[in-house]
Amino acid sequence: MQGIWDSFVGYLDPSVQMTPGEYGDPIWALIYILLVFTGVSIAVMSMNWLERKILAHMQVRLGPMRVGPHGLLQPIADAIKLLIKEDIMPAEADKALFWMAPVVIVITSFAVYTVIPFGPAHAVTDMNIGLLFMLGVSSLSVLGIIMAGWASNSHYPLMGALRSSAQMVSYEVAMGMAVVSAVLMTSMNAAGTGTLSMIGIVQAQEQQQIWFLFKFFPLGLVAFFIFAVAMVAETNRAPFDLPEAESELVAGFHTEYSGFRWSLFFLAEYAAMIAVSSIGVTLWLGGWMRPFPTWHGPAVTLPWFWEKSNVLAHTGAVDLAFALFPALAFFVLAALAARATIRFPKHPLMRIQRIGLAGFGAVLGGIGLLLLVPPVRDRIQDISWFTFKVAAFMYMYIWYRGTFPRYRFDQLMQLGWKFMIPVGVVVLIGTAVVGVIWG
Amino acid sequence: MPGEKSEQNPLAVEHLEQAPAEKTYLDSNELILNMGPQHPSTHGVLRVILKLDGEKVLGTECVIGYLHRGVEKIAEHRTYAMFNPYVDRMDYVAAVSNGLGYCEAVEKLMNVQAPPRANYIRVILTELNRMASHMLWLGTHALDIGAITPLFYTFRDREEILKIFEKYCGARLTTHAFRIGGCLYETYDGFEDDVTKFSNFVEPKLGEYETLLTTNRIWLERTKGVGYISAADCKALGVTGPVLRASGVKWDLRKAQPYAAYNDFEFDIPTGQNGDTYDRYIVRIAEMHQSLRIIRQAVKAIPEGPIMAKIPKVLKPPVGEIYHSIEAPKGELGYFIVSDGSTQPYRVRVRPPSFVNLQALDKMVRGQLVADVVAVIGTIDIVLGEVDR
Repeated sequence: MQGIWDSFVGYLDPSVQMTPGEYGDPIWALIYILLVFTGVSIAVMSMNWLERKILAHMQVRLGPMRVGPHGLLQPIADAIKLLIKEDIMPAEADKALFWMAPVVIVITSFAVYTVIPFGPAHAVTDMNIGLLFMLGVSSLSVLGIIMAGWASNSHYPLMGALRSSAQMVSYEVAMGMAVVSAVLMTSMNAAGTGTLSMIGIVQAQEQQQIWFLFKFFPLGLVAFFIFAVAMVAETNRAPFDLPEAESELVAGFHTEYSGFRWSLFFLAEYAAMIAVSSIGVTLWLGGWMRPFPTWHGPAVTLPWFWEKSNVLAHTGAVDLAFALFPALAFFVLAALAARATIRFPKHPLMRIQRIGLAGFGAVLGGIGLLLLVPPVRDRIQDISWFTFKVAAFMYMYIWYRGTFPRYRFDQLMQLGWKFMIPVGVVVLIGTAVVGVIWG
Repeated sequence: MPGEKSEQNPLAVEHLEQAPAEKTYLDSNELILNMGPQHPSTHGVLRVILKLDGEKVLGTECVIGYLHRGVEKIAEHRTYAMFNPYVDRMDYVAAVSNGLGYCEAVEKLMNVQAPPRANYIRVILTELNRMASHMLWLGTHALDIGAITPLFYTFRDREEILKIFEKYCGARLTTHAFRIGGCLYETYDGFEDDVTKFSNFVEPKLGEYETLLTTNRIWLERTKGVGYISAADCKALGVTGPVLRASGVKWDLRKAQPYAAYNDFEFDIPTGQNGDTYDRYIVRIAEMHQSLRIIRQAVKAIPEGPIMAKIPKVLKPPVGEIYHSIEAPKGELGYFIVSDGSTQPYRVRVRPPSFVNLQALDKMVRGQLVADVVAVIGTIDIVLGEVDR
C-alpha cells in the first residue's frame, strides 16, 4: 500500500519528465487512460456538433438550432436517443459476430491512444515501437468492419465491407511508405540512429529544429501529402467514404446496425479520425511543439504572473504571445458566446436558452482564466498545441466532406496503386538518398 | 451465407443476357441486389434489380408502379377543365410544363388559340420551371455522386423561382398555372421586375455550381465516359430531351415544332458529343443559361392584351383525336387525347419523358459499376410521379 502511495506521489514530482508507462506506475497509467478516454469521447461529441455546424454553414443553412442554444445540447440529445433505442439484431444475422464487430472496432480505435504523445511526458506510455504499434492496431479495425459486413447477412453491408477491406489494405501501403520516410528523417543526427517511438520522433524534430513537413523540401511535403490522403481513405471519410456511401450502399457495413451498436461505430470512426490525425501531427507537424519554436523575439519585461515559469526557458515577446495563446483562444470562444447571447432573441421562452448560452460562455471564459494560472499554463502548453494541430486536421476532414464528390471504387484503387504507392516509393528512396548524401 | 441465399432468389432476372466477358472461376459469383424502392438515391420509389458480379453490373431490371395513381384513367371521369390540376401531379417538379402541354393539346383539339400575352406568360413560367427542374436535378445528381453541397445551393436558388410561382398563382409546386384557352391570372404588379431580378440574381449562381463541379477532378472521373449512350440507341429507344441532345442530336421541340410563343425568341440548342453523364451535365447547365435568355427576351417584349381566349363555359371539343407534345425539362412530353364529343375525354394517354428515358438505364449501366447505376439514374433525371403516373 505504502509503495503504491509513494509511486503515486513520486510521479507528481515536477522533476519527473516521463510518461507513467516509462515511470512504471500503473496507477498513473490508469488515470491517464481514463483521462484520454474521457477526453476523446468529449472530443467526439464536440466533433459531432462542430461537423454539423461547420458543414451547415458551408451549405448556407443553420444546422442544429433547437436543442439548447445554437444546438449545443444536440450531441447529448443524440446520445440519449441512441441509448434508449430498441436494440435490433436481424434474425438472419450471425449473432456472435454481429455483437463482436462494434466492440472490436471501438477497442482498436481507442487502443491506439496509448502511445499518442500529447506532450513530452503526457502519454500513457512511450513504446520504442510506438509508431508500429499504432499502425498495426489501427489497421485491425478493418477486421471489425469485415465482421460487421459479414455478420449482418445482407447485401449492402457485405459490399461495404468488401470495399472497405480492399480500400484500407491498399492505402495502408502508401501510408506506410510515407511514414517510413518520416522515420528515416529521425536518424539525421550525430549518432545516426532513428526511432519509432512517438515521443522520440517529436524530440528528433526538436533537435533538428525543423518540422519534418519542411525537411528536404519538397520531400517531406510530398510524404505528408500522401499521408494526408491515405489518412482520409483509412478512416473511410469523404471523398473516400465508399464503404458507407449513402447514395449507393445505403449505409454500407453498418446498414443493419441501430441504436447503441451503431453509436459505437460512430464513436470509433471519429476516434480513428483523431488518432490518424495525431500520427500526422506527430510525424510531420512537430507534435506538441509550438510553431516557430526557435523564434523568441525581443526580450520583454515580464508581467508579474510570468515570474514563476520553470518550464519555458526563453522569455521573448514571441514566447509570451505563444504561451498566452491557449488562454486567448478560450477567451475568443467566450467572446463569441457572449456575442451570441446578446444577439439571441429576447423572447421570454428563449430566456432559459439565453441563460444557458451565457453560462456556457462563462465556463469557457473560466477555462481561459484557469489556463492563465502559471502551473496550469506551463503544463498545458504542449497539450494545447498538439490539440490545435489535430483540430486543424479535423477541420480539413469536414471541409473535404463539404467540397468533394465521392470516388468510384475502381478509381479509388487506381489512385491508390498507380499514383500514391509509386510516389510513396519515390519519396522513400529520395529521402534515403538525400539523407545519405546531405544528412 | 449471403451469397448462397441470393442464388435461390425468386427475383432472379434469368432472362437478362450475360455480358460477353471472358469467364473465369472468379466470375461465377453472381449477386442479385435489390435496389429500392426504399433507397436513398432512386429518386423516389424506383426499384432496380441489379445482377452483379462483384461490383460490376451484368444487367438491370426496373420495377415501376409504386407511385401509380391511375392518372390516365382518372381523366376519363373528369371534364377537360377538371383534369387540368391532375397533370401537375405527374412530374411534380415541372408542374407548369405538364399544364402547358395539356392545355395546348385541348386547345388544339378545340381549335382555339391562346392570346399572345397568355403565350408570353406561359413561356416565362415554363422556362422558370425548366430552370427549377434542372436545379433540382443538379442538386440531387451531385448528391448521388457524393457532392453534398451543391444540393443546398440549388435549392436556395430554386426557392426564388418557387416564390415567383407562389406570388403568381398561390401554389409553389403543383401550380395549376394555366387554363384551357390561356391563363386565369393576370400577372401581379412587379412580376416583370421580379423575373428580371431573379435572372440577374441567378446568373452568377450558375457559375457557382460550375466552380464546384465542372472542373472538379473527382467529378470528371465520375461522370466522363459513364453511362454512354449513342445517338442511334437514343432514337431506337425513344429517348428525348437533354439525354438525346447530349448524344449529339440537335432536337428540341421548341425549335422543331414551336408552340406557345417560342417562335419569337432567339435561343440555341446546346448539344454534347460524347453522350456520357458529363455531357448531359454540361447540356443541362447550358440549357439553364438558354432559359435565362428566353426569359429576358420574353419579359422585355411581353405584349398587352387579353389573357384568355373566347371559349365556351362548358368545354365540348369536337369528336376527334389529337397528339400534342412539348419540350418538358426532361424531354418530349406528349398528350394523346381522344374526344367523343362529350364533356369528358374518351381517353387520355400521356407520353412521359421520364418513363421512356428510363428504358435506356439498362443500356447505359451494363458492364459498369454499382456506383455508376446511381449516377446514371440521376443523369436520366426521372421523376417517379411521371414514370408511374
